[in-house]
Amino acid sequence: MSTMVMSADDVRRAVTRIAHEILERQRGGSRLALVGLQRGGAWLADMLGDTLNAIEPAAHVPVGYIDVSMHRDDISLRPVIPGAISRIDFAVDGTTLVLVDDVLYTGRTVRAALEGVNTYGRPRAVQLAVLVDRGHRELPIRPDYVGKNIPTQVSDDVRATAEGVVITKATS
Amino acid sequence: MKHLRSIPELGADGLTRLLELTNHMVEVNRRPVPKVPALRGRTVVSLFFEDSTRTRLSFETAAKRLSADTMTFSVSTSSVNKGESLRDTVETITDMGVDAFVVRHKSAGIPWQISDWTTAAVVNAGDGWHQHPTQALVDCFTVREARGCERFDGLTLTIVGDIKHSRVARSNIAAFSMLGAQIVLVAPPTLLPPDVAHWPVTVSHSLDDVVGRTDILYMLRLQSERMSQGHVPNLREYSERFGLDARRLAMLPSDAVVMHPGPMNRGVEMLIDPSALPNSLIHRQVANGVSVRMAVLFDLLAGESSAGNLREVAP
Amino acid sequence: MKRDNNAKRGSNAKRFVLKGGTIVDSRGERRAEVAIEGGVVVEVGEALSGDAIDAGGAVIAPGFVDLHAHLREPGKEEAETIETGSRAGAKGGYTALVAMPNTDPPQDSVAVVDFVREQGRRAGLVEVVPSGCITLGRQGEALAPMAELAAAGVRIFTDDGNGVQDELLMRRAMEYGRGLDVTLAQHCEVATLTKGAVMNECQCCTTLGLPGWPAVAEELMVFRDIELARITGARVHFLHLSTARSVDLVRAAKRDGLPITAEVTPHHLSLDETRLMSFDTVYKVNPPLRSPRDIAALRKGVLDGTIDALATDHAPHPRRDKELSLDQAPPGMLGLETALGVALGVLEIDLPHLVRIMSINPARIAGIEARHGRDIEPGAPANLVVFDPNITWQVAPDELASKSRNTPFVGMTLRGRVRHTIFGGDFTVLDGEAQR
Repeated sequence: MSTMVMSADDVRRAVTRIAHEILERQRGGSRLALVGLQRGGAWLADMLGDTLNAIEPAAHVPVGYIDVSMHRDDISLRPVIPGAISRIDFAVDGTTLVLVDDVLYTGRTVRAALEGVNTYGRPRAVQLAVLVDRGHRELPIRPDYVGKNIPTQVSDDVRATAEGVVITKATS
Repeated sequence: MKHLRSIPELGADGLTRLLELTNHMVEVNRRPVPKVPALRGRTVVSLFFEDSTRTRLSFETAAKRLSADTMTFSVSTSSVNKGESLRDTVETITDMGVDAFVVRHKSAGIPWQISDWTTAAVVNAGDGWHQHPTQALVDCFTVREARGCERFDGLTLTIVGDIKHSRVARSNIAAFSMLGAQIVLVAPPTLLPPDVAHWPVTVSHSLDDVVGRTDILYMLRLQSERMSQGHVPNLREYSERFGLDARRLAMLPSDAVVMHPGPMNRGVEMLIDPSALPNSLIHRQVANGVSVRMAVLFDLLAGESSAGNLREVAP
Repeated sequence: MKRDNNAKRGSNAKRFVLKGGTIVDSRGERRAEVAIEGGVVVEVGEALSGDAIDAGGAVIAPGFVDLHAHLREPGKEEAETIETGSRAGAKGGYTALVAMPNTDPPQDSVAVVDFVREQGRRAGLVEVVPSGCITLGRQGEALAPMAELAAAGVRIFTDDGNGVQDELLMRRAMEYGRGLDVTLAQHCEVATLTKGAVMNECQCCTTLGLPGWPAVAEELMVFRDIELARITGARVHFLHLSTARSVDLVRAAKRDGLPITAEVTPHHLSLDETRLMSFDTVYKVNPPLRSPRDIAALRKGVLDGTIDALATDHAPHPRRDKELSLDQAPPGMLGLETALGVALGVLEIDLPHLVRIMSINPARIAGIEARHGRDIEPGAPANLVVFDPNITWQVAPDELASKSRNTPFVGMTLRGRVRHTIFGGDFTVLDGEAQR
C-alpha cells in the first residue's frame, strides 16, 4: 500500500525553504557549494542549486555529485550504479559544502560521502541537507536542513522524486 | 565474478560491466587524492613467474588506490624447474590470508590450476600464449574512450604480427568481437595458430591489402627469438612486410587509431617514431591500465557478494 | 560360495575349480569348469571335483598381458615400484607386464634388466617382462648391447618416451634386431615437430594457446619405420598409436604382408583433446589426446584387426609432479586398473576379440606366448583372469593399488570388472581384492 506523503508542491516549497535557511546561516561568509549524493541526491542538488542561484544570483553556487560506493562500509549491499559517476569540477578547498540527499536513513551513505569529499580537498565546513528524514539512524549523523521528518517502519520503502514522496508499506 | 581468467569466461555482460565500472575508477584517479577505502583490509598478492614490471606495477598501483594491501611473490621460472610444487606455493600464500592472486606465468592454464588450490580470487595477468584479459579490457576501454562509443559495430580491428604466440591477440579477438567489431588478422602463416578457421576473424598475409580499410590498427610486438625459431627468416623481411612505416601510415584512414600493447620494438614492427603518430592511443592504453585493474579488483573483492558489484539501478 | 583358505592363500598343491563361468580364448566361447592344480590347468569340463571358486556369470580368459607399463623402478620409486605396479596389474586382470625401459638407470644393460625381472619375481604378482633399450641411455646415438640383452631374455626393444630419431641408426637397429629374432617397438614422434608440445595441434590448442603436437609428427615416423621394416625384414611394433592416418598406414603395411604390429591405449580410445580445456595436467599424455575423428579411426582399427593390442601406457606420477604447470608436468596417466573397464565401455567388441587384444596378441608380441595368452586346456600354465563383462563400477581413488593417483577415470562409470586373477596357479586377486 502506497501513500503520498509529500506532493510536488510540497517538495518545491521545502526546497525553497531549505535554500533560504542555507543562505541565512551562510551570512555571506565563505563560498557555498552543493554536492548531491549519487543517485537520489543528484536531482535534489540540481533543484536546490537552481533555487539558490535564483534567490541570490551573485552566489554562483556550483553543484557536484559524488558516487559514494567506493567509500561505503557495506558495498556488498549497495552495488555500484552504472553511470552514476562522481563529478566535482570545482575546487572544494575552503568552501561551505552542503551534501544533499533525498532520504536520510541509517546515515551510512552520508558517512561514506564525508570520507569521499576528503579525496577532493578540504572544505571549511560540511553541512547536510535532506528532503526526508525517515529515522532509524545507525551512526551519529544529524541533518542541518530537513524538508520533512517522516516516521517510518524499517520495512517501509521511501521513494523521493521531484513529483513527490511516496511511502510503500511492506505487505506481509 | 569470482575470478578473472579469460575474456570468454568473463562473457559479454561481464565485459560491459567492467568497462562501465572503469569509468568510476577513471574519475577516482582524477581526484586530488586518488585513493578510496573500498578494499581496506583486503590483500592482493602478485604471483609473477614471468618478468613484467609494467603489468605488475599497474596492478599494485590499482590495489593501493583501492586501499588494499599488496604483497609480491616474484619467482623465476627456474625455481619451478627445480620441481617445486606450484600447489604448495599457492596453498602457503593462501594460508597467510589473501583475497586475490594476480598471476602471470609462461604456461597457459595456470590461473585455472591455481583456482583449484585456493579460496582466493584469481586474476590472470597473462598465461602463456593464452589470455591476458586485463589488457583486452584496457584496449576496449581505450577505444571506447577515443571513439566515444560503447559498442564497436561497424569498426574493423586489424591485429598485425605474432598472433600465434600472443595472449593479447587471443583476449582481444574475444573481447572486440563481443562488442561487435570485425577482426582482421595480418601475419605470415608461420605466426598464425594452426587452426584459426573457427575464430570470428578474417586472415590476410599482406598488411598493404588491408591497412586502408581499418579503424583500429593494433601492432603486436615481434620477439627476436621468433627468428631463431624459424618463424621468420629475418627481422628486416618481417619489417618490410608487416611493420608500420610512413608509407603505410599514409594509407591508413585519417580517423583510424594505432595501438600497441608494449613494450614496442622500434625498427621491427614500429618503423616510425610513435610520438609522431597522429592517432596513437598507445599512451592512453598505459594510462587506462590502472583504472581497468582497479575496476577488476573492486569487482572481485568489494563486499562479500560473489556476484558483481555493478548492477542495474534498482527498480 | 565355497571358498577354501588354502586356495585363497594360493597353495599351488591344492586343486581348485572355477565353476559357473564361460571360457573365452582363441577357440571362442564355451561354458566349462576349469580345474587348476600345481600352477597349471589340469582339467576342463563339467562337474569337476575340487574346491569350488565362484565364476558364475563371469568370463574365464587367459590373463591379460600389458605391452606397455611404466613401473618406475629403479629410479622413481616415489611414483611406483615393481611391487605396487604388479599389484595394480593384478587388480586389472594382468598376469604379465612388459616393463618400459625409461628407468634410472635405463634398461640398457643386463644388470638392470635382471634387476627388474628379479624384483618382479620377488613381488610374485605378475610376470614382469623387461624390455630393453634400443639405444644406450635412450639417447638415440648408439645401439644398446642388444645381443647381450637378447641373450639375457629380452624379446622386445624400445626407447619408449623417445622415438629413435636417426634414420640410419633405426635401420641398423632393425637389421641387427632381425638377426636376434626380437621385436623393435617404436614410440613414434619426430621430436623437432613436437618441441614444447602439450596437446594435440587442433582448434582447441589454437584457442588455449598451448603448443601443438601435430599428428604428422607421429605419422612420419610410422611411415618411415614401415618402409625400414620393408627393406630390413625386422619385426616392428608401434606403441600407443593415436591418429587416424597412423592406423591407415599400418593397415596398408599389413596388407603388404609386413611383420608390423600396433597397439592403442584405453585413453586414446576414450578421451579427446577437448579435455585439456580444463587445463588439468592429468590429461597431459604423450602422444596427446586427439580428435573425435582420430578416436573413431582407432576404434575402427581395433575392430578390423589393424590394431593388435590394447596397451595401457600405465604412467604413474607423484602428485607433486602433476601439480606443475602444463608445460612442465610430465605426460602420462595410470592405466592398469581401468583398462578393461574403459575398453568394454567404449568398444563394441565381442569377448573373443577383447581377449585377443588384451591377452593373446600382446603375449605373442612380447614373446611370452608359451606362458601367457594360451588356450585354456590341460597343461596350460594357470595364468588366468575371471571378469564380469557387464558389471558397471566407479573408480575410487582410495582403492587403487598403484602408488600414484594420476587417473582421469575417477568418478567415471566403467563397464567390466575383474573378479579373480590367477598367476602361476595362485590367486593374486580374489573377489576383486588383491591377495598380497
